[in-house]
Amino acid sequence: MEATLASIVAAASPLVYAVVGETIAEKAGVINLSLDGSIMLSAMAGFATAYATGSVLLGFLVGAAVSMAVALLVAFASVELRLNQIAVGFVLTLLCTDLSSFLGDPYVGQRVSGVPHLAIPGLSDIPWIGPILFDHNLSVYGSFVVMAAAYFFIFHTRRGLELQGIGERPEAAHARGLRVNRWRYLYTVLGGALVGLAGAAYSLDVRLGWRDGLTTNYGWIALAIVIFGGWHPVRAATGAYLFGALSIVALKLQPQLPDLSQILPITPFALMIFALLLVSQDWSRRLADRYPRWRRLLSGDPPTAIGTAFWRD
Amino acid sequence: MSLELRGIHKRYGAVRASDGVDLRLEAGEIHGLLGENGAGKSTLMKVLSGFVSPDAGEVVLDGKAVPLGSTRAAIRAGIGMLHQDPLVFLPFTVLDNFLLGSGRRVRRTAAARELERISGEFGFHFDPEAPVRSLTVGERQQLEITRLLWLGARVLILDEPTTGISAVQQERLFATLRALAAKGMIVAFVSHKLEEVEALCTRVSVMRRGRVVGEAALPCPTDRLVEMMFGRVLTPPPREAAPPGEAVLELDGLRPSERGAGEYHLAVRAGEVIGLAGLEGSGQRPFLRTCAGLQRPAAGRLRVGGLDLTSAAYRGYLDAGVHFLPAGRLEEGLITGLSITEHFLLAGSAKGFSIDWDAAEADAAARIEGNLIVGRPGSTAGELSGGNQQRLLLAMMPPEVRLLLMEHPTRGLDLESADWVWRRLLERSRQGTAIVFASADLDELLRYSDRILVFFAGKVLREVAAVETSGEDLGYLIGGKERP
Amino acid sequence: MTWRRVLSALLPAATAVAVGVLLLLSVDAPPHEALRLIFEGSLGSAGGISSTLMAWVPLALAAAGLVVTFAAGLWNIGVEGQIVMGAVAAAAVARYVPAPSGVVLPLLLLAGMLGGLLWGLLVGVLRVKGRVNEIFGGLGLDFVATGLVVYLVIGPWKRAGSASTSGTDLFPREAWLPTTGSLTASWLALAVAAAVLVLVYFLMRGTYFGLRLRAVGANSRSAFLLGISTSRHLLGAFVICGALAGLGGALHASGFHHKLVPAVSGGYGFLGILVVLLAGFRAAWIAPIALFFAVISVGSTQLQLRLQLDSALGGVLQGVLVLFTLLAGGWQLRRAYRSRRRTEEGG
Repeated sequence: MEATLASIVAAASPLVYAVVGETIAEKAGVINLSLDGSIMLSAMAGFATAYATGSVLLGFLVGAAVSMAVALLVAFASVELRLNQIAVGFVLTLLCTDLSSFLGDPYVGQRVSGVPHLAIPGLSDIPWIGPILFDHNLSVYGSFVVMAAAYFFIFHTRRGLELQGIGERPEAAHARGLRVNRWRYLYTVLGGALVGLAGAAYSLDVRLGWRDGLTTNYGWIALAIVIFGGWHPVRAATGAYLFGALSIVALKLQPQLPDLSQILPITPFALMIFALLLVSQDWSRRLADRYPRWRRLLSGDPPTAIGTAFWRD
Repeated sequence: MSLELRGIHKRYGAVRASDGVDLRLEAGEIHGLLGENGAGKSTLMKVLSGFVSPDAGEVVLDGKAVPLGSTRAAIRAGIGMLHQDPLVFLPFTVLDNFLLGSGRRVRRTAAARELERISGEFGFHFDPEAPVRSLTVGERQQLEITRLLWLGARVLILDEPTTGISAVQQERLFATLRALAAKGMIVAFVSHKLEEVEALCTRVSVMRRGRVVGEAALPCPTDRLVEMMFGRVLTPPPREAAPPGEAVLELDGLRPSERGAGEYHLAVRAGEVIGLAGLEGSGQRPFLRTCAGLQRPAAGRLRVGGLDLTSAAYRGYLDAGVHFLPAGRLEEGLITGLSITEHFLLAGSAKGFSIDWDAAEADAAARIEGNLIVGRPGSTAGELSGGNQQRLLLAMMPPEVRLLLMEHPTRGLDLESADWVWRRLLERSRQGTAIVFASADLDELLRYSDRILVFFAGKVLREVAAVETSGEDLGYLIGGKERP
Repeated sequence: MTWRRVLSALLPAATAVAVGVLLLLSVDAPPHEALRLIFEGSLGSAGGISSTLMAWVPLALAAAGLVVTFAAGLWNIGVEGQIVMGAVAAAAVARYVPAPSGVVLPLLLLAGMLGGLLWGLLVGVLRVKGRVNEIFGGLGLDFVATGLVVYLVIGPWKRAGSASTSGTDLFPREAWLPTTGSLTASWLALAVAAAVLVLVYFLMRGTYFGLRLRAVGANSRSAFLLGISTSRHLLGAFVICGALAGLGGALHASGFHHKLVPAVSGGYGFLGILVVLLAGFRAAWIAPIALFFAVISVGSTQLQLRLQLDSALGGVLQGVLVLFTLLAGGWQLRRAYRSRRRTEEGG
């Protein structure tokens, strides 16, 4: 059982990076719909770099850089050109996916040493929790750090409050002297960096290797989980772990249901999407009203100004 | 200390919102900026506060030039602006709103103490953890003022602050402003309401069409101000007391919602004009929308022209001759990207499959002329000015309307357009349409209504006859009190 | 100043070509040869032209349907699943209805429309009643449709002998779309697609339904207050798009593959979205742009065979073209806005 939970934590860690990153960007009001493509492109670029240079660390950095570049493009199109964010993101998704296929051909089937294992001494010996949380590698630990840091930053710092304000009501933020559009660039690109780490974490850790369509649909799932998570990094991470659990369960069922073995991998995606049905209903808002101290965690409302461009005159 | 604006120019397309404005405000005075809707007051103040950057001009505070087009620079210079709709973050708490953007590294507990200290000076009370959404407009204003003072504002600009606050809150606001001016602050009070400016301000500048057309020290004869504001004398359209006809709208114990307190009994007859007075959020909105068929009532009965529509869908109301004109012209009434022709097609009752565009355009052109709309059949709704948008909405009304429900029919309109709107509406009422409208403009309510229903805390506090009521009475009733 | 307009249309195309050339050079492939291969592959032979035309059919139909949903303000990402379900329904008819062509073919096409329609309706209901964003509802149903096809191809409808992911058995001959001469493209498919395009154009431009749909898409609240039933129109848009997409899937399965394959939608749904974006949501431009994209898509499969290059290059070219067209359009607006502001300041 512990082994299963541990594998869920590990398998979900790339998704955690992605959902936290996108939560940050969307909190600032920018939807980066290119996730499916940028994760794929970052996965390929990270793998290719690690293969060419032998450095997994460099692979992660390049992966992050690639998605940052894509995110920068999304930010530019949204903030400066005021284009429809869904349209730009969608086109970039397809484009980046095709780019990754085209440029990734030489690397299909190649081998790279993945992220080295690093059990945390002492903590990994704690019964039950130890193996689940502290017996992994740096990439997984990174996902914990990222989730916690994002939570702390957004809800417990001055700048985090400003971030919330920018996505909630940019005119009011502007009236208070905040440079709305500058921050939107920054947070979108920061989100992109985390998304890039997600891609690299797939090709260099969880699904070590590269092939066409390695991370297909994970970007879309990440976008759904951000909504499921109510734009709260911890709740979103929980959604990622939930998805990871569904995937592991599907995997375990495969040998037992051989007829459905081809479809089983697809079911977690479908199930997760339909979990959105639950979240989209009124009850979450009613719960938040009933327990105001837990409002932040319970309410599923998007930042009011999400997806809109801000201009002063 | 003085604040000077020199040669401010600002254009929005063809509209010269600020056409070479020179203004001087002194410390210790409450300087009123008076002018009709659209005179350019708000734009000027937005330039002053850095919210918007001007095309030309400069601002000098206490001898030092203030960088323009930057809210940060303005805040740093000590210029604080209270917007007409206070720019607060609705889902966030009072304390979060207080802190956001201040740039101060303070612990929340220390900030909460500061909040209490400053607000206490003026008699404001806040629960730091309450969501700002739960505050009234007046309370949100108080919060913003507290915040601006905490940030060290030396200049306080208030843009039409008395819309949507009670008489009691207004008294407190005026007292606060007098106290601040006495402490040496520069206070700019922007308004289109003559009485308020006369009651509060020590000096007044009058704006018309983007220019300052006159200045005066107060008190000064009202006629002078009126002449500066309008350049002419105004006459309201004649109102004949037509005998009311049969009952058009009957409410019997109607409760718009489960949670609201309101339970309404009302009978409105053909040709009557009923005004709904009250602060924002006092219940007029759910009342109107339930009568329009947009909200299913929780209890009670509603009849239009004898027909029971209590459980009918919106379509049923439309068929029964009910028409609703919302306040948000572009949000709920018109469709920005569609043309005038297309609007008329959508509003029309033509059945059929395919559209005859030539006939539709000709029809639209005719109706544009008949309704004095400045625009062509192909102009989109977004291209029209506010006044023309309202003309279009009125032109789109079906020929026979039994009951017309309106939220703020002349909000944001210049005087001419508002005048024209009411002429048309009164024509309709003479033809037998019953009109029920909500407004924040007490003058409008008193001038055009037969009866006024005053809403407070979700219920009808009183029903008064317009001819027997004064503006001051109404102002107090809105706040839930009788005039002392 | 029309030369500026022409330039702004050509610039994205030039960028796409430039990007393509750069990419080819980066993998040590001959750019001139590769680009030539693409056009040769799709237009240089009877087989190529047939494939291109048969690729055009589902693409144009999906794009036409998407014009309708976009007009309603919807992002119908579920169009892929709708194409698939149309193909599935057609395959079911082909499999279970032994009858002469005159009976099977119309039934097959109707079934395709019905399959796609129902799948679109599902997304619509999820959106209108369940308030699930249609992007994610559509995605979920795309996954389900994919799963269903794989299940059918490997399971109940597997090829006689061994199951294979290359598809089911071929449809009986009666269920193949008719062709003429040596062209394997079906005149019926082309005629149907062309007719549909004209109908959609007329629907959007010349009918009250089209106008009301556009009203709902532009401002659903105002539309509702005007007495338009927003939910009925939204559902109607999904139904129409689903039916058209399903028809495209049926035509493609019956006229090109002649069987049900797992990748039956071929990405035409998503590509259709690109087509509509490039066409600026105007129905009149769908036919030529879809043809151009079909040329690129079909042609780039040659790259795999002849130069061992990934055919995704075609997708890259299409993506860059649309992206830069969007960016150029946005840039134009920005510049126009800024210059308008500047001329006013002078006054």
